[in-house]
Amino acid sequence: MAGTSSNGIDPIHQFHINKIFDLNIAGMDFSFTNATLFMVVTVAVATLFLVLSTNGRGLVPSRMQLMAEMSYEFVAATLRGSAGNEGMRFFPLVFTLFMFVFTANMLGMIPFFFTVTSQIIVTFALAMLVILTVTIYGFFKHGTGFLKLFVPSGVPAYVVPLVTAIEVISFLSRPVSLSVRLFANMLAGHITLKVFAGFVVMLTGAGAIGIGAAVLPLLLTVAITALEFLVAFLQAYVFTVLTCMYLADALHPSH
Amino acid sequence: MSNTQGEHTTGTLVATEAHGGGSNFPPFDSTTYPSQLLWLAITFGVFYWIMSKVVLPRIGGILEDRRDRIAGDMAEAGRLKQETDDAIASYEKALADARKKANTMANDAREKLKAETEAARAAAEAKLAAQLAESEQSISKIKADSLAQVGDIAADTTGELVKALIGGRAPAKATVSKAVEKVMN
Repeated sequence: MAGTSSNGIDPIHQFHINKIFDLNIAGMDFSFTNATLFMVVTVAVATLFLVLSTNGRGLVPSRMQLMAEMSYEFVAATLRGSAGNEGMRFFPLVFTLFMFVFTANMLGMIPFFFTVTSQIIVTFALAMLVILTVTIYGFFKHGTGFLKLFVPSGVPAYVVPLVTAIEVISFLSRPVSLSVRLFANMLAGHITLKVFAGFVVMLTGAGAIGIGAAVLPLLLTVAITALEFLVAFLQAYVFTVLTCMYLADALHPSH
Repeated sequence: MSNTQGEHTTGTLVATEAHGGGSNFPPFDSTTYPSQLLWLAITFGVFYWIMSKVVLPRIGGILEDRRDRIAGDMAEAGRLKQETDDAIASYEKALADARKKANTMANDAREKLKAETEAARAAAEAKLAAQLAESEQSISKIKADSLAQVGDIAADTTGELVKALIGGRAPAKATVSKAVEKVMN
């Protein structure tokens, strides 16, 4: 694999963070990077879409307005489905999370664009935001009653310690699973895509037989691209659904 | 995860997954974390603010307006339908009333005409009966008169006949009349 040394075919190169402006505060590196740029682009694209599409406030929606309304009602239905009407107080948070992750995932599918959600620190921060919201709101609303989350009712006394230990571990692993799931899916998908696309480039460089053989990875690249669009949506949806389920725990800690 | 641990992990990952390349595996390069966290907080915070202050109230308002409008239109349609039903009911009632009234009027007129006809017929019959009675009376009078005269005529005729047959003087009128009367009765 001679090509891997060059930046064009290195499948990891797309995740490199490059500084655009240097910014150091109190000895910490807060530089404006390509990751920052695409966070801004993500927010700008999502905001412009949602604001411009609903500008007409049409009673009969235009296509764009219908898409904005559908995303609103989709997230609202998901949240209401798992956390009930009470859960609607978290609607702005859940909607923002969904739109941010979805837009970031989708923008990542455009060639040469940086994928914000392929950075573990970003997905972990978002997951911690959810878990901290759940925990703080849970204690704020129910006090120590929130701890009932770890002691399911109707369990025989002798298995309570075991079940509680399992519940605590599962609660603590939530931010990890939530963040790693999104991060790993985006990372693996983009690496796979790059590797197969890299095969096409390498094989076409190897003469006539290579060009013939390159058809197979090319087809795979096309197929995986379609799959990755699905994954981009699905992971945003999964992130949202799990957020809703965790928020439901904060609202109703007793199972 | 400390810096050194992170770099150690990335080293192995890069070796196994990326087939070399010499650099750290970027997502595990913790030197980029402060910048990413800060900018994520800023961009996500701004995004959250825009969503909760502008976009979501707006879309929610649009959806609510539409729901209200539809509910209002449905209520209006229901009201109009009720009005239509009422109008149809009152029309049918008026029609039934008119029909009933027409029947009554027709019956009344028929009754009245019948009574009038009856009265006229009775009058005519009475008149006819009176005329009949009068006629019968005059006929019977004429008949009686005629019958009375028949006796005289017969007596005269008989007297003349007797005179012609036996010659001479005619018998006394009274005698002839008596004889004639005796024959006739």
